[in-house]
Amino acid sequence: MAANKRTVLICRGTGCESAKSPVIQAALETELQGSDVEVKFTGCHGMCQQGPIVIIEPEGTFYAQVRPDDVPKIAESLIGEGGPVEKLFYKDPVTNEGIPTYHDIPFYSKQKRLVLQNCGHINPEDIEDYFAIGGYKALKKALFDLKPDDIIKAVIDSGLRGRGGGGFPTGLKWKFTQQASGDVKYVLCNADEGDPGAFMDRSVLEGDPHAVLEGMIIAAFAVGAQRGYIYCRAEYPLAIKRLHIAIEQAREKGCLGSNILGSGFDFDIEIFQGAGAFVCGEETALIASIEGHRGMPRSRPPYPAISGLYGKPTVLNNVKTYANIHLIINHGAEWFASIGTEKSKGTAIFALTGKIANSGLVEVPMGITLREIIYDIGGGVLEKKEFKAVQTGGPSGGCLPASFLDTPVDYDSLIEAGSMMGSGGMVVMDEDTCMVDVARYFLDFTEKESCGKCVPCRLGTRQMLTILEDIVEGRGKPGDIELLEDLALGVKAGSLCGLGQTAPNPVLTTLRYFQEEYEAHIFDQACPAKQCKALISYHILDSCVGCGLCLRNCSINAITGEPKKQHWIDQDLCIKCGVCYEVCPPKVFSVEIRTGKTEKATA
Amino acid sequence: MEESVQAILSRFEGKRDEIIPILQAVQDTLSYIPEDSMSAIARFTGVPASQVYGVATFYAQFRFTPTGKNTIMVCRGTACHVRGAPAILEEITSHVGLETEGTTEDLAYTVETVACIGCCALAPCITINEEVHGNLTKKKVRKILKEVNKNGGE
Repeated sequence: MAANKRTVLICRGTGCESAKSPVIQAALETELQGSDVEVKFTGCHGMCQQGPIVIIEPEGTFYAQVRPDDVPKIAESLIGEGGPVEKLFYKDPVTNEGIPTYHDIPFYSKQKRLVLQNCGHINPEDIEDYFAIGGYKALKKALFDLKPDDIIKAVIDSGLRGRGGGGFPTGLKWKFTQQASGDVKYVLCNADEGDPGAFMDRSVLEGDPHAVLEGMIIAAFAVGAQRGYIYCRAEYPLAIKRLHIAIEQAREKGCLGSNILGSGFDFDIEIFQGAGAFVCGEETALIASIEGHRGMPRSRPPYPAISGLYGKPTVLNNVKTYANIHLIINHGAEWFASIGTEKSKGTAIFALTGKIANSGLVEVPMGITLREIIYDIGGGVLEKKEFKAVQTGGPSGGCLPASFLDTPVDYDSLIEAGSMMGSGGMVVMDEDTCMVDVARYFLDFTEKESCGKCVPCRLGTRQMLTILEDIVEGRGKPGDIELLEDLALGVKAGSLCGLGQTAPNPVLTTLRYFQEEYEAHIFDQACPAKQCKALISYHILDSCVGCGLCLRNCSINAITGEPKKQHWIDQDLCIKCGVCYEVCPPKVFSVEIRTGKTEKATA
Repeated sequence: MEESVQAILSRFEGKRDEIIPILQAVQDTLSYIPEDSMSAIARFTGVPASQVYGVATFYAQFRFTPTGKNTIMVCRGTACHVRGAPAILEEITSHVGLETEGTTEDLAYTVETVACIGCCALAPCITINEEVHGNLTKKKVRKILKEVNKNGGE
């Protein structure tokens, strides 16, 4: 690339596409026609909230929230004399100052992007872009310079552990599969990212699909497999489309199919679309699903490494695990093992979301603290509210309070705290989040997703959910907390698969760290976060100026009052939709939410 | 209908592990899985109809009644939940005249919830006919739905 030749990168991940980035790309292409500026689209940059994102290379100028009518100004800055378009700079949520380049944005500068390094910088639909940054070099090295044993040793020595949440050493899994007897073996990629609040796998698949393919092909060579499947959820149409394109192009270039790169090694990959069952993230359930059965797990052993798909030895890893492989082969196991902590090597990718200033995809070295992720990278809690908890590991994880902010992020520390790494969801909660409701929310999820095969999970989650529903609806009774705990421990101990064994975690951690909220609900009929509808009521204070906004917006006419006089809410009619609270002008701020026994009495 | 199911089946070989892809193809074409198509799949694959039914009902993706012209999927992911998804769902169902998830009588709308769309940084979000709308407020939802209405619910 010539030194001054510029490239405009337009993000076309799912987030930015929803904010009309294809329109922006088309407009930029038209405006820049005939110039020597190249217009290119890429996968996700990880800062979806600021989308659509446009980056100008080589300077690294970062434009956020670009609208189609900003395009002429961007084009002019590239062809004409004018400097960058300052009004499109990303504004620091704390200082409110514009930051011109992405290298200087704290969200990026504090990260260590290895697996995500290509996401947002290469065109995921063009294999040439992947070749240009050294793609498939690791595959060549693996096929021609290394023996299967060397590859497995490198992966073991690197310390890489499964990125799907379980954290089992990847190299060992490969070794078991390699040693298992049988001529037919399979390599599967788990892209059934079902944790609500997580989108890391989607972004990797959409932004850098070849990295995943390369990892799978190397795995296949190492264990001696001939066939691979990527099990991707149907809710990710863009990821599936890009995977199809990548597989097609890899076959054309001889990186996939028969006689790969002339080495004599045959391996091909197919995509299997999941059909919306969370439990299929569990390995034996996923295998049952590919075989055309209900996606129900079976007891292990035998593990898939010995008896997996169609009863054959099978390697099954997460998207991000495979996306790490080319790094290990290219840079060496020692280099990889130098990143992270003693027992958790490499980086962790999180989808940082919830009540946080900068939500998006972040990649950090293992061992960094939760505080660094939430405050330094994430910019802290939204609207200066009080931090209450951070939830990691999705429905299998737990909620950790502020006192755990200095916990290092690695597999073992998080499990010790009662949560888990999971596949990478990280949801920040503030003072307005009710922790009992959060527990109810997750149980509602796991109860629906429980496959029903084993009793502890099927009935245990149901019973826990019923108790939690009672508590948030004001029917909690003394003894509920103890019963919940009992049930949770039983389900944890007695369930067949990971879904049931971890489903009680949200209940156990909220009980452990936020028991006072449970007690407030049960004994005082109060929801401290003022979220549980059955326990709150809306009231208009005497500071009301009688503007009539609430009265006009109330859909069930529960508000009465004359102009310029204090209004009044009929508590018997009120459905607590909260619209009055929302529309009351901030200057007046006369609608109050009350909760607790005493308030109910006076209402 | 029978004809299009046969046309779909002709693209497959009739192996057991094709059941889910076949069901997906049927739903893609017909918007739902009619009961008689499951018998046809059973005959085609040689798998008992009870098992085909068992597979179809296990997965959340499959529907057994026709959908409305517009399908609205409301994300109930964690990020969306803490940022107000329940209120968004309420706004949508009441706007289209439903009590809860389902399809309107005039077949204009189907409202469903999904575990996670994967656009958590844009929470709360929904998809209308596969197009993602993010950073929603009740007000924004009303505006978007008005647009959909205006386009004749097409």
